Amino acid sequence: MKILVTLKRVPDPEQKVKFKGDAIDFTGVNWVPNQFDEYAVEAALRLTENASAGGAGGAVRDGEVVVVSIGPKEVAQQLRAALAMGADRAILIDGDDGALDAEMVARTLVKLVEQEKPDLLLMGKLAADSENNQVGQLAAGYLHWPQATFAATIQAAEDGKALDVGREVDSGVEIKRVTLPAVVTVDLRIIAPQAIKNGKTAPDHAYPEGPRYASLKGIMAAKKKPITETALATLGIAPSLRVKTTAVTAPPARKAGVKVASVEELVAKLHNEAKVL
Amino acid sequence: MGKVLIFVEHSGGHLRTASLPAITFGRAASEHQGGPLVLVMLGKTLGAAAREAAQFGAEVLAVDDPALEHYLAETYAPIVARIAKEQGATLVGGTATSTGKDLLPRVAALLDAGMAADVTGMSAPKTFQRPMQAGNVLVQVEVTTPVVVAAVRQTAFPPADPKAPGAVTQVAPGAVDACGARFVSVATTQSERPELTEAKVVVSGGRGMKESSNFKILEELADLLGGAMGASRAACDAGMVPNDLQVGQTGKVVAPNLYIAVAISGAIQHLAGMKGSKTIVAINKDAEAPIFQVADYGLVATWEKALPELVSEIKKLKATQR
Ligand SMILES: Cc1cc2nc3c(=O)[nH]c(=O)nc-3n(C[C@H](O)[C@H](O)[C@H](O)COP(=O)(O)OP(=O)(O)OC[C@H]3O[C@@H](n4cnc5c(N)ncnc54)[C@H](O)[C@@H]3O)c2cc1C
Ligand SMILES: Nc1ncnc2c1ncn2[C@@H]1O[C@H](COP(=O)(O)O)[C@@H](O)[C@H]1O
Repeated sequence: MKILVTLKRVPDPEQKVKFKGDAIDFTGVNWVPNQFDEYAVEAALRLTENASAGGAGGAVRDGEVVVVSIGPKEVAQQLRAALAMGADRAILIDGDDGALDAEMVARTLVKLVEQEKPDLLLMGKLAADSENNQVGQLAAGYLHWPQATFAATIQAAEDGKALDVGREVDSGVEIKRVTLPAVVTVDLRIIAPQAIKNGKTAPDHAYPEGPRYASLKGIMAAKKKPITETALATLGIAPSLRVKTTAVTAPPARKAGVKVASVEELVAKLHNEAKVL
Repeated sequence: MGKVLIFVEHSGGHLRTASLPAITFGRAASEHQGGPLVLVMLGKTLGAAAREAAQFGAEVLAVDDPALEHYLAETYAPIVARIAKEQGATLVGGTATSTGKDLLPRVAALLDAGMAADVTGMSAPKTFQRPMQAGNVLVQVEVTTPVVVAAVRQTAFPPADPKAPGAVTQVAPGAVDACGARFVSVATTQSERPELTEAKVVVSGGRGMKESSNFKILEELADLLGGAMGASRAACDAGMVPNDLQVGQTGKVVAPNLYIAVAISGAIQHLAGMKGSKTIVAINKDAEAPIFQVADYGLVATWEKALPELVSEIKKLKATQR
């Protein structure tokens, strides 16, 4: 299976957001891979390897994982990290994070899909900065491909021609079958030890929880793996925004709270002051 | 003067209450767009649910067909997009439920429209407010396409109240193409408690609850207050409670009158899902836990000590209120 995985860099969610006038101040920001995309990379690796074969030498890979990011040149660092995890090669589409919207990203992915012809476009469900939750669905719509968003489990079906995806929905978990090629966006629990069954790795195989760490060998190997650079314009993507950000503000601060000394005091305050009891 | 088309959901033969905030949004949008509000509902055997939707004073377009029994973005999006075009809608919206978040961007793709996600406010026909970065940034976005798609945050708009009923009009589905997708099954968790996203009170437990059986006391507290149960990711991941109780960036966004966080540290991804609550109470044994920074009332204590006391104090208070 050939998988195209997307990876966006985002400001470290653990860092406090700083503002400069009416804009976000990005100085000193630590850029990290969007966590959901890191999970997507891990999921792509699990889908393309037989983890039960290969003994101490590691899993046997079967398929190709191509990672793509649209962003400034510095995003090569995050792409390199994905290559060190085990992805085969990377594509960097030069673009200013601030001058992109979901449609431009999705149209770019469509172009790459046309060039690369993957069986699966695997993505995070959400970028932790914009939180648009739409690029995957847009791309699937443009491509006329089936989509399975918010994947918590993926299981190969129909001899690898389809995937059964367990989707986290409001009321529980829905299983949806998508025939390949398809778009799948992953949720948090896709990195659980048994979330992915690819039909090759033994079904009872348990992975360590979370995205894998790059081994020293992986880091060395990544240095030799190719990162192809292309410009948005070369792909024919016009730099016009359908969704423009016209103002940025800090959310109103919550009124400072108080510590109460006892349960009695808490209940009294909730009753008399907050009037919620 | 475009119409406003709001996609409304149903379950178990009823209009989903999660759709009511989108109807409220649709009414406001209809003033901005200058055209009437129209609701659209898809599924199989819609009769009662469609009539319920019509109670909100707008025409309901019902697309009722056995092929639409189970929601699929692949089959629903083209129908919603086609109806939007036929109706001359300039705004298409719905609530950002798991279905809304899955469907509406695909509708936007088919309409070649720009989409505003997780909308919490609207100040002009195509200008919306929305949170970003786990609620730490608020932005205003302007959509530049002739047709706009908006997914609205459920907690940001009050549920609509009924008005003089509108008509229910049947609309044919046309060709239904699932694009190679198929609904297989759904496993839902049943609960007698109010829905997390709609409850006036939410009682949530975190990793510090240690094990599933300890949630009993939280359930007792929730029931005493007529509230819903919630949880942090860590508690869900540890299997203490079902995943659909998760509150936060990856779970549900809640904004009750009262949110009680017990043994939850207050990671930003959790805060993103509950910071909008009116009154926040935190009970945590660690005085330095970040949850105290958003709590109106913080109690530094173990839950083992605090919860039994809390239950009995509230019972006492309730007894005097009767
Ligand atoms: C991409 C991504 C998305 C995420 N999305 C979500 C999300 O939607 N929702 C979410 O909740 N998390 C989410 N997380 C996880 C989040 O970062 C935290 O790991 C998680 O919220 C921690 O849960 P917790 O507070 O229960 O556990 P911990 O952080 O371990 O905190 C446990 C707390 O319990 C307290 N405690 C322990 N024992 C007791 C006791 N006896 N009495 C009282 N207090 C006690 C401790 O002092 C501590 O503060 C996400 C993470 C990532 C990376
Ligand atoms: N600039 C980008 N480069 C690569 N992938 C992206 C980019 N922006 C968004 N994505 C992908 O789209 C997913 C959803 O993003 P969003 O719709 O913006 O929340 C992310 O998890 C990424 O996988």
